[in-house]
Amino acid sequence: MSSVSMDGPIIETHGLRRTFTVRDGLRRRTVVAVEGLDLRIEPGEAVGYIGANGAGKSTTIKMLTGILVPTAGEVRTCGLRPVPDRRRLARHVGVVFGQRSQLWWDLPTEESFELLAAIHRLSPDDARSRRSELVERLELDEFLTTPVRQLSLGQRMRAEVAAALLHRPRLVILDEPTIGLDVLSKQRLREFLVTERHEHGTTLLLTTHDMGDVERLCDRVVLVDRGSVAFEGTLAGLSRTVGADRVLTVDLAEPVPDLGTVATLPGVRHQGHEGHGLRHRFAFDAEQTTVVALLAALSAHAEVRDLAIEEPDVEDVVRRVYAARR
Amino acid sequence: MLVSARAPILLRLVAAGVRQQTAYPLAALAGLVANVTFGFLKVAVLLATVEAAGGELNGYDAGTMSAYIWISQGLLGSVNLFGRTEIAERIKSGDVVVDFLRPLDVHAAAVATDVGRSLWALLPRGVPSVVIGAVVVGMAVPTSVAGFLLGAVSMVLGIVVSCTTVYLVAATGFWLVETRGVQILYMVVSGFLAGLFVPIGLFPTPLFAVASATPFPSMMMYPVDVLSGRVAGWDAVGLVAAQAGWLVVTAALGQQMTRRGRHKLEVQGG
Repeated sequence: MSSVSMDGPIIETHGLRRTFTVRDGLRRRTVVAVEGLDLRIEPGEAVGYIGANGAGKSTTIKMLTGILVPTAGEVRTCGLRPVPDRRRLARHVGVVFGQRSQLWWDLPTEESFELLAAIHRLSPDDARSRRSELVERLELDEFLTTPVRQLSLGQRMRAEVAAALLHRPRLVILDEPTIGLDVLSKQRLREFLVTERHEHGTTLLLTTHDMGDVERLCDRVVLVDRGSVAFEGTLAGLSRTVGADRVLTVDLAEPVPDLGTVATLPGVRHQGHEGHGLRHRFAFDAEQTTVVALLAALSAHAEVRDLAIEEPDVEDVVRRVYAARR
Repeated sequence: MLVSARAPILLRLVAAGVRQQTAYPLAALAGLVANVTFGFLKVAVLLATVEAAGGELNGYDAGTMSAYIWISQGLLGSVNLFGRTEIAERIKSGDVVVDFLRPLDVHAAAVATDVGRSLWALLPRGVPSVVIGAVVVGMAVPTSVAGFLLGAVSMVLGIVVSCTTVYLVAATGFWLVETRGVQILYMVVSGFLAGLFVPIGLFPTPLFAVASATPFPSMMMYPVDVLSGRVAGWDAVGLVAAQAGWLVVTAALGQQMTRRGRHKLEVQGG
């Protein structure tokens, strides 16, 4: 029997593999969903687990939580072996599946919380204080007595998150938590997760197609492609690997056709100009040259009237990583 | 709140099952209408048969036959002879992953919720059906308080055995994913062997032996026999013991199938 480990990584996998058998008419095919995955996440981290549909993200989550049995490889979550220790592990992990509900469909929302508190054997005091904390932070007040089936998607997702976090899990796994939500609901949910992590030191593992989630919530990204890790590091680092730079656009007071000398700064490329040199675009690597340095260099040649900075589009970055690996 | 906040979790799941079902009163009413309609149909056929046999048929007289009809019709809302369950749907759709994320025994939790739903149906479907039968047609009842109590135990056991047995149909989904074939087979066999259409006491001996070797009479026939007082005393205790035996067997099988099925579980995507 392994014990719940408070130190060491909260998630650790070595050579994790999972295949599925797919029936193709009468023939059977083996599809590899996860292949040789090595993952290590420390307590308190917030990690974005990204990749295209079918890259193996959900399958990984299901192996981390003991739902699916790995075909091969090793996995430890909170120091436990997920499959044999599933029920013990469930007390330390909260999972939100954006596409599946863990609430009791026909019952008022608050009854799901009561049942979950009982399932997790929370003491009445603990359950009450945690519940009111979540109700306040996620603004659940207005629909606590409404049956779950009558909630709007935004309301339901907030209730889902509360349900997953009621037992104060050390590790929270969110599988596409903002799918289908409007901008305001997304924003609220992200703010809640930031606060939760700040106050309770919760570890977050997030799969998403919404790069806003990753940008606002995660310190680190793990990009999976065909079941194995294609990139691991910061979001800025991911952009850099495929040369997706930030872009500075400046409008000048007077046309200056030739600003090529500015492009000699490290990591800066002159992308071109319009309006006979009134507007110029520079792509630059933020790690090598700061915006301030770039502007200083520019103002030596011309008077800058206006400027705009574009961040690299992360989905575009992911696409480029995939293209480079094919 | 039907049970206290400190009650064991399985009891709370039973209560949640009850609560879920109360959300659909019209469905219960529709079920009752159907049960009572078919009850009168059975009255017409089976009481005529008893009469044609000279007022007594394999131990059934008009009173015990009427009791058989109305109690079995009343149990139809609570005893699952269709084979469809929520857990089967959840295994097929993959929603069962949520059940595996809880610190619960997935099998026990599913059965507990199902028992709650089934017990609830006794109120809007079971009781009215029996009352209508007793008032309109008249029926036999146990002659002692002990008989009533044993009947109640037998009825609850029948409902639980129905839930643990029908869970086995759902659990084949771990291997098959689509369980409709198994479910239809279950539907065809279970009603007949549970004694829904005619009491198994009227079966020819070989068929009676087949029925007795399955859990199906435990779901409906035995509770009906004990509740109507047709079987009493130690014979009734014997039937209840048989029910308990089937409960143990089907529950153990459900545990095994869930344990092994988990390793076969394939929830792809989402």
